[in-house]
Amino acid sequence: MAVEWYLVLSALLFATGAAGVLIRRSPLVILLCLELMLNAGNLALLAFSRSTGNEDGQVFALVVMVVAACEVVVGLGLIVAMYRRRLPLNVDDMRELRG
Amino acid sequence: MPAVVEVAFFAGAIGALGGAIAVIALRNPFYSVLALVVHLVSLAGLFLILYAQFVAAAQIVVYAGAVMVLYVFVAAYVGGAEEPLWEPIPGQRLIAPLLAAALFVELSIAVLGTGLQAIGTDGPTLGEDFGTPARIGELLLERFLIPFEAASLLLLMAAVGAIVLAGRRREASRGG
Repeated sequence: MAVEWYLVLSALLFATGAAGVLIRRSPLVILLCLELMLNAGNLALLAFSRSTGNEDGQVFALVVMVVAACEVVVGLGLIVAMYRRRLPLNVDDMRELRG
Repeated sequence: MPAVVEVAFFAGAIGALGGAIAVIALRNPFYSVLALVVHLVSLAGLFLILYAQFVAAAQIVVYAGAVMVLYVFVAAYVGGAEEPLWEPIPGQRLIAPLLAAALFVELSIAVLGTGLQAIGTDGPTLGEDFGTPARIGELLLERFLIPFEAASLLLLMAAVGAIVLAGRRREASRGG
């Protein structure tokens, strides 16, 4: 399989994740959509790693997975904290910090 | 052999894309999490076709295993609250997919329009040990030692941050 198939699939997955972030309002689902976008980036990294015959892209994909795990931990911690304080789990209702 | 690779690629691509669309289309967050598991497993299959064995294994064990269990716990704890149909921004559900489609077109033009050498080829023939845990481990501990340590420090900070954010505060619980 030529590398551009993977790149187009990666772009498609990234656009799907971006659409999810724009459409959905539950913070949990927005985190899931961020995962979609990060994984699309990982797919592109691995496709480039394959097409150049160099493993650096795979190490980079592993670092992206670490960053994604950190983001999940902090994001889910925020969601649990919001739930404990009886705040609405809806990003449109949480706009008090907006300028 | 190439026919097998093509069939595997399209099967993985359909699984990944179907999972992604199900994540954003299903209204119950619990089902969205399960759709993301389908997406991640399909992506791990694609990673295997790309000779990234270690990354594929880490994807299954870390992502589809550990991280998704965390999501399922939080989805069950918070409860599957369905989103209201009320739209604060008029036309959001119409404009957002259009923006996403524009992003896809732009990304495709950017990726396919560049003069990359490898575009249109399968890439070089790789050695037997490309992407094996041994090679990745060597790279992580030799060439990428500082990023590796920075990543572990980041994980530690995230763990501490999650405890601070979600932990029950003693004073608050005594007062209430």
